[in-house]
Amino acid sequence: MAERIGVYVCHCGTNIAGVVDVKEVTRWAGERLRERGVVVARDYDFMCSSLGQDMVEKDIKEQKLTRVLVAACSPHLHEKTFRTACQRAGLNPYLCELVSIREQDAWVHTDKAAATEKAKAIIWGGLERLIHHEPLEPLHVPVDADTLVVGGGIAGIQAALEIADAGFQVYMVEREPSIGGHMAQFDKTFPTLDCAACILTPRMVAVGTHPKIKLHTWSEVEKVEGYVGNFEVTIRQKARYVNTELCTGCGICWQKCPKKVTDDVYEVGLTTRKAIYTPFPQAVPIYPVLDKDNCTYFEKGTCKACEKLCPTGAIDFEQQDEVFTVSVGNIILATGYDLFDASVIPQYGYGRLDNVFTSLEFERICNAAGPTSGNVVLRDGKTVPKSVGIIHCVGSRDANYNRYCSAICCMQSIKYAHLVMERTGAEVHNFYIDIRTPGKDYEEFYERVQEEGGHFIRGKVADISDVPRLPGEEGKLVIQVEDTLAGRQRRVPVDMVVLSPGLQARHDSAEVAKLFGISCSAAGWYIEKHPKLDPVSTMTEGVFIAGCVQGPKGIPETVAQGAAAAARVVGRIQQGEIALEPIRASVNEEACSGCRICNGLCPFNAIVFHEDRAVSEVVSALCQGCGTCVAACPAGAISGTGFSNEQVLAQIEGLLMLNKEPPGSTDDAGLATTGAKA
Amino acid sequence: MSPTAKPAAKPKLAIFGAGSCGGCDVAIANIYEHIVEVGDAFEIVLWPTIMDGKYADIEALADGDITIALINGSMRTEETVHLAKLLRRKSKLMVAFGSCASEGCIPGLANLSSRREIFDTVYATDSTDNPDGVRPTWEYKAPEGTLHLPEFEPQLRTLEQVVDVDYVIPGCPPESEQIWAVLQAVVAALNGTGPLPPKGSVLGAGTSTVCDECDRKRDVKRIDRFVRITDQAAFDPEICLLEQGLPCNGPATRSGCGALCPAVGAPCIGCYGAAEGVVDYGARLMSAYASVISADKTDEIDTILDGIVDPAGQFYRFSLATSLLRGGRSAWKNGGEE
Amino acid sequence: MTTEIATFEPVIIGFTCNWCSYRAADLAGTARVKYPPNIRLIRLMCSGRLDPTFVLKAFAEGADAVMISGCHPGECHYIEQNIKALRRFELLRRTIQQMGIEPERLQLVWASAAEGTRLANEIARVTEEVRALGPLNWPAGRNGHLDAAGLEAAWEATGGEPGGPPETPGGENPEHAAEAKR
Repeated sequence: MAERIGVYVCHCGTNIAGVVDVKEVTRWAGERLRERGVVVARDYDFMCSSLGQDMVEKDIKEQKLTRVLVAACSPHLHEKTFRTACQRAGLNPYLCELVSIREQDAWVHTDKAAATEKAKAIIWGGLERLIHHEPLEPLHVPVDADTLVVGGGIAGIQAALEIADAGFQVYMVEREPSIGGHMAQFDKTFPTLDCAACILTPRMVAVGTHPKIKLHTWSEVEKVEGYVGNFEVTIRQKARYVNTELCTGCGICWQKCPKKVTDDVYEVGLTTRKAIYTPFPQAVPIYPVLDKDNCTYFEKGTCKACEKLCPTGAIDFEQQDEVFTVSVGNIILATGYDLFDASVIPQYGYGRLDNVFTSLEFERICNAAGPTSGNVVLRDGKTVPKSVGIIHCVGSRDANYNRYCSAICCMQSIKYAHLVMERTGAEVHNFYIDIRTPGKDYEEFYERVQEEGGHFIRGKVADISDVPRLPGEEGKLVIQVEDTLAGRQRRVPVDMVVLSPGLQARHDSAEVAKLFGISCSAAGWYIEKHPKLDPVSTMTEGVFIAGCVQGPKGIPETVAQGAAAAARVVGRIQQGEIALEPIRASVNEEACSGCRICNGLCPFNAIVFHEDRAVSEVVSALCQGCGTCVAACPAGAISGTGFSNEQVLAQIEGLLMLNKEPPGSTDDAGLATTGAKA
Repeated sequence: MSPTAKPAAKPKLAIFGAGSCGGCDVAIANIYEHIVEVGDAFEIVLWPTIMDGKYADIEALADGDITIALINGSMRTEETVHLAKLLRRKSKLMVAFGSCASEGCIPGLANLSSRREIFDTVYATDSTDNPDGVRPTWEYKAPEGTLHLPEFEPQLRTLEQVVDVDYVIPGCPPESEQIWAVLQAVVAALNGTGPLPPKGSVLGAGTSTVCDECDRKRDVKRIDRFVRITDQAAFDPEICLLEQGLPCNGPATRSGCGALCPAVGAPCIGCYGAAEGVVDYGARLMSAYASVISADKTDEIDTILDGIVDPAGQFYRFSLATSLLRGGRSAWKNGGEE
Repeated sequence: MTTEIATFEPVIIGFTCNWCSYRAADLAGTARVKYPPNIRLIRLMCSGRLDPTFVLKAFAEGADAVMISGCHPGECHYIEQNIKALRRFELLRRTIQQMGIEPERLQLVWASAAEGTRLANEIARVTEEVRALGPLNWPAGRNGHLDAAGLEAAWEATGGEPGGPPETPGGENPEHAAEAKR
């Protein structure tokens, strides 16, 4: 049956028509492309308008069109619009193609004749491709109502609570012994100066007691199999060596444990914990964890003080890791961030000079439950500083380390200035490149701290030294900086320096991304589906991201993303099934020789090899449609819908057809066809 | 039966080697005693390798009188083109027999050079004693008259690029077992006891690639080097040759030969041609090899690719004449002439 | 009377990936960044879909150059498929060079979705580089029969230049030519 194709050329007002002769292109399409199956060629002001779409629908019905080609704006904008219009008129939506003669032609070229010729080439290419389109149907898969949330920080907590409150089961996996994340380490949050623990712990408790949340702390995800709606996730719950059925959280074990260990995680190395410990008093769950690598019993076979003294006999040295699998329909990754390691900047002296602190260390110092009971003191634990320097952008906005801005360090540094002045009355100097205060009440907070007496010096600190050069610098840390507003070098002697290092992706973010089949950027942040319009989805259907794992951000934005991810998941669960784009690959089993060239090419593990039949297979629901295996198969045994070989080769031919017109032939507009000229 | 009674007319068979090495004829002969059955089933009207025959006899036949013509060898000279067209007129079914006829085979690599370059290489190398720089010409005026030589065409072509072809039997040469299987199928079709394959079919070959027939163990591919065989003992006889760094064309080459070469430790060179539906054989191979190179940076990739010293030869050893580019650029310039 | 010398306008086929370089091209459009009209873009889902067949087809059908573009290494939306494209590109370049096609006619450009201006600049750069190389005029495509007469006609129709073939691998050996002259 001969094809009956409709071609529609959009003016887009003057956006296209101002450069491309749309009337000429339409006339040409109707005449020159008639032999290729074009029966209707129309131009219109705004094809995407309801009138434009009506025009297409009417033609489909009355002219019995079998395929539709629209030449207008980018498919990223309106491909769905025209496909839906076709569907309304009874034509399979995948028999519609939208080619861009706006973003890719009218908007980027000034030579009108050349732009018009190019529009013809683009249309011809699209047409040849369209002839090979197949009427595809989306793939429908059911959605399991359970959800996995990875990461128990504020992002994960928000997401988990929203989904659980909606009545659906959540499994939360957290690597540390307790949920809470970095926010549990903070003292006060800007700009309200709310106590972080006060606003966080009620949520943590809600998670710990929620009937619809199964919390697995001290656990990690080991393997993820399956696809959206039907994931099988293998989780390893590491041995706590504490029987949680019997433990009451009384704390006698860690009170009596004789072994002290530097607490590198929660207390950022500022103080010690015991070998058996809970990370902080408000930990959820309250069950302690035994650090096997630092336990006297595991090292030497002696002690066992905790076991002897536990009133319920909850200590179990024989406990093993528990590995189990859960079935979930969707996954939310909220694994947070690591802090930039300031010790790699030698001139700031972190790790070498005693009284240079990082932001997280300072949070613990300020915290009333912290190692200094909330007193701002030097490393000796008693001296109150009289002058403090706070440095913004440590490792950020820096070509040598991280180019990006970490979004929260300015507000955090201003917060520290306030806290220092409030608790010590010290002179505080903030050293900044720019002050970034974009959030609600943020700028007002900055003004307030300036009024409170904080000094703000615009300059990137060159050096922090304990070597005195001028009088007044003995026993001080001297900050060497160019005060760019004053236009001179300054040496600022202080007792204490607080660095605001940037936020970085977790050190293992790339491996974790691979585990879940999503992509991460070169800097390690997970890649969202669209930076503007879809920040919590990923390219992998069913896997969502929330919080700093997607990029540096503050608490309100993190909470918003956690809620957004939860809303997406709940929407999916309520629909019960999900329709997947039918752009995917499949292996022709008869042609497949089992050479296994394709086997290692799929980062989504969609290609499986059947040993018994010695053939490879693409699992449709896992396939993301990238087409790499289609291109690689040496036997040509893998085909891909939507971007098949026939379609692309035809498009190449179509794009170059104009150049094959006999030289010297012109169209009515008197434009010579492009042909190679010496 | 009376000695003067005419026997029922047997279908006519023509076998012709165009630009041929003779290997395809040897392969047909290698069906051994079955050759007698061929003689029983057909009247062989042309087979220069084994019997005398004149072109004039072919010209005298009625169009379509020959039932089936098996043409091996490439379209290299004016003569071969002429014979191909003649036999096409005189035959019902025309078969491109062997790699030269179906895809140009190794002589197709001549398309990397222009005719002049080829003659320069042949007639002006150190080992050629040619002080007057003589080159072939197509006409020679002798006292007795003018002699014509068939012109050496500027590009080598396949049979399909010259005439309409009904079937293709791939291989360099096609395996004798496959040849016998095809001949039996043809006889059955002529007797009405078997189906005639659809026009354009590839006969005497499989539907997959050589790996399908190869017994070596295969794993996920990660190639970190390409090497030549210098010491066969250095290679594991059980494991896929490509995985061991030998550039084996098996993954892209049509099955049907029984994977004879990999079975004895020689990497497949691709003589059975492309798999079904493939547009450009070399592109498939390039894509497959490159995709599984275990290097992510340009310099590391280059180091591994340095192991393929002759990419055009490796990827288009048999198929250059039917590839998308069809030859090298100098073969095209100035019509392939000087 | 002034005579206008027609400038050679190359035709370049560009392969872009849906998530990065195609979006970069769209961004160049939205930002109204101008670049030469010689390139015609094809959208693939990923640069990993780039089959060498496409590149060879483009050359055979009359393109003067081919540009492959995708996400920067480490940023591929399908994790690492652009690396496969990089490997194929390297091998393709070697092969086409042996066939007499200047390797500069095949270009690889990485562009993230935010780099509209950069992509436009790269397209402009590639256009000028190819312009300097001159037309490729590969007659293999669908331009009919390849006998001597057909080739000559095809060659003339594309304005073939007289003179010997260029120095290419497997090509003219100057020693042989000198010998031939003697």
